[in-house]
Amino acid sequence: MIADKIRSLIGEQGVVGVDARGATRVAPATDEECMLILRTASSEKWHVRIEGTGNWIQPDAPAEIAITTSRMTGVTDLNPPDLVASVRSGTNWEEVRTALANEGTWITLDPPGSTRSVGSIVACATAGPLRTGFGTVRDQLLGLTLITADGRQVKAGGKVVKNVAGYDLTKLVAGSYGAFGIITSVNIRLHAVPRADVTLIAHGHRDSLLGGARQILEAGITPAALELVSPAAAGHDTWLLAMRLIGSDEAVRAEQIAIAAVAPQLLLIPLEARDGANLWNTILAGVTEAPTTLRIGALSTSLTDVLDMVAHHLDENCDDWITANVLSGVVRWSGSATTERLRLLRGTAAQREMPVTLERSPWSVRSEMGHFGAYRDGIGRVIHLLRRSFDAQRTLVVPLGEDS
Amino acid sequence: MLPIQAMEALRSTVGTEWVRSARAELDTYASDGLPTHYSRPGSVVIPGCSGEISRVLRILAHFDIPFVARGAGTGLSGGALASEDAVLIVLTRLNRILELDPENRRAVVEPGVVNVALSTAAEPFGLHYAPDPSSQTSCTIGGNVAENAGGPHCLKYGVTSNHILELEVVLPDGEIVTLGSPGGEAWGPDLVGLFVGSEGMFGVATRITVRLTPLPKALHTVLADFDSLRAAGEAVTSIIASGIIPAALEMMDRNCVTIVEASMYRAGYPTDAAAVLLVELDGTDDDAVAAEGRHVEELLQSAGARTVRVAHDPKQREMLWQGRKKAFGALGRLSPDLMVQDAVVPRSALPDVLEQIDEIGKLHNLSICNVFHAGDGNLHPNISFDQANHDVVERVSQASEAIMQVCIEAGGTITGEHGVGIDKLRYMSLVFDPHTLAVMHSVRQAFDPRGLANPGKVLPNHANRATIQREAV
Repeated sequence: MIADKIRSLIGEQGVVGVDARGATRVAPATDEECMLILRTASSEKWHVRIEGTGNWIQPDAPAEIAITTSRMTGVTDLNPPDLVASVRSGTNWEEVRTALANEGTWITLDPPGSTRSVGSIVACATAGPLRTGFGTVRDQLLGLTLITADGRQVKAGGKVVKNVAGYDLTKLVAGSYGAFGIITSVNIRLHAVPRADVTLIAHGHRDSLLGGARQILEAGITPAALELVSPAAAGHDTWLLAMRLIGSDEAVRAEQIAIAAVAPQLLLIPLEARDGANLWNTILAGVTEAPTTLRIGALSTSLTDVLDMVAHHLDENCDDWITANVLSGVVRWSGSATTERLRLLRGTAAQREMPVTLERSPWSVRSEMGHFGAYRDGIGRVIHLLRRSFDAQRTLVVPLGEDS
Repeated sequence: MLPIQAMEALRSTVGTEWVRSARAELDTYASDGLPTHYSRPGSVVIPGCSGEISRVLRILAHFDIPFVARGAGTGLSGGALASEDAVLIVLTRLNRILELDPENRRAVVEPGVVNVALSTAAEPFGLHYAPDPSSQTSCTIGGNVAENAGGPHCLKYGVTSNHILELEVVLPDGEIVTLGSPGGEAWGPDLVGLFVGSEGMFGVATRITVRLTPLPKALHTVLADFDSLRAAGEAVTSIIASGIIPAALEMMDRNCVTIVEASMYRAGYPTDAAAVLLVELDGTDDDAVAAEGRHVEELLQSAGARTVRVAHDPKQREMLWQGRKKAFGALGRLSPDLMVQDAVVPRSALPDVLEQIDEIGKLHNLSICNVFHAGDGNLHPNISFDQANHDVVERVSQASEAIMQVCIEAGGTITGEHGVGIDKLRYMSLVFDPHTLAVMHSVRQAFDPRGLANPGKVLPNHANRATIQREAV
């Protein structure tokens, strides 16, 4: 019995039940327990599914055991003078934000899914609108601890803000969907809570708003967030341009004036702080209301084409959740679509050198399509060898590419 | 001695004039910016395009010959040195800016493009390439990618890896692949992030897509001097904790200031100060940046600054920066050789670590000058010496090791921007356990199963690797 074996390794409290698909749910409390379980799973040839809170990727991959990080929680080190924190991977994202805010700090990430675990956000590299001003998940990570599929503990990076010692395994692991192992803790870069944080919005026609946003960028202004939001995601009957300005009072005020001068036709409306926070929360909360979410990486100047492409392949009724990050050219879509339609979109995008990442979807879809689909020429071999070096037995059930 | 057939194949691939084998020619490539390491390559090949590089690597793979890619050779870790059984592939002929795309704030360049040349080309569009290593007038973007180079303005704008979107890479077996995507979104696990900083051990980057950053419209530059290193270090912490992110936050200690002020690069720094801080703020609006500047000036004074001097025009700003930018030049005039060390500590540990470095200098009877990126906690202790004096060389080595030990104990690491190369190889096992080193080794094998690309760098040698693997099992 798998459950008995696990109990003999890490005690009674380590087994938390059996899920509907028959997988034994296991909750290690420490890195050592995690190592023991994975080492055993690897030698016993059990397949393992990794779970955080189960609020992002559906916990539906077939496996003999499901390892949840739910007992590996807590902010273990919070150092406001150095603006660095260490967080265990099972910690709820909202709890982390609260703990940081209590010390006058914050992390410049706003991924969708406030009830997700930190490990999920890092493993899936889910950035939100703040990527415009602050970069993506990889840019906020200083290091992490990973337990490989065969039970080795790897400590990548460190706790300092600059570090080029050895290969950057942190970046390899962030966004690999758990294919290389279980992240048990992360070291993150913090910022002091900004003195000013203003949200501006404008409603209108999609392409007019996009044109206005591009005028702002071309004037050399980089807001902290600059998102084009579909009517469904905005909860409105027209498209929405939402931007966030963050910094000192003087800098934010000056940016507001400059933006109004550069794109006066947008008629931007400033929101009260609470309304601004609510707007962003509402936009992000909508992501998980549909079964599938994907991300398309384009160029900023290609956004009109990409949005048309999404409408053509997935959103014929123009009622899906869509956001477009105007600076990075990344479009996120959330909705319901058949595998065939998703494949067609991915194929069309690939011809234009645009990767389509399946961020979350039912197992039936992601097992067929993989999170990344077909890699660029010659890359599949490298990824295969990388996976083999972390998980020779293919213990972890993670469909990275189409050939997974 | 490299096989004659291999040399003939290389000459027929790139042309005889682009293969160097004479001893005097090879000596030119026997060292980089770090004077303590010397290694003459077996041969030097200077290809003209990625296709030629691919063919060269196929030839070398066929003959099982290791290779080392090299840009301008300004590195400071011995990372671009090749041994006599290896071929050095010099990339300086691949020096074209292939595309400037201001609308998408990006550019595509060949690896031999000099760092500052890219910023110069982007300037008419109101953009620049933000990573600015001290050697930016001569170092190449390809070298920056290999080392994940930093620079003074990386405090606000990030290091090289934050600015690389896509890479065309020739793998060690000669296959040409593309990592990432034109807009920077990963296409699979983040191989761009993994490749940047891999010190030439995964292949040769031949086409690099970089992010460009808007030029700041407003600048505010301040020089503050302090009676103690501790007070200067505490000023650094208070500025960062205030929520202001300066574009640059640099520190120089008394030894460094004294040497700069005695040189042709004199900048008017007070020579009786224990430390000076150079703080630069930038942004899109003069008034807003000036307001942040006033806040920083208050923080500096609260931390105990004796005087705070503000640059009121570009000439004054240039003067304040001159001492910092030319510090290494001034130090280089003191003695035949200069050891530029590189380590990182948590910012709050700076005062303690600086005092310990001072003690290490006294213990080893060496003069250590500190000029560094204080905002990042990225130290550069510099030791002037003469390689001809073996006793001094030994003391420099011992002092370097002691400095690394202090930085590690403070929660830091052995290199922040210069890389491991050969120089820091001996410290790798101090910061990484055997499992992690073994995984790094296997990651390298995914790109280079035969270990032909820049062997002997970053990871402990084969014997040690075997030990690592045994211990890791």
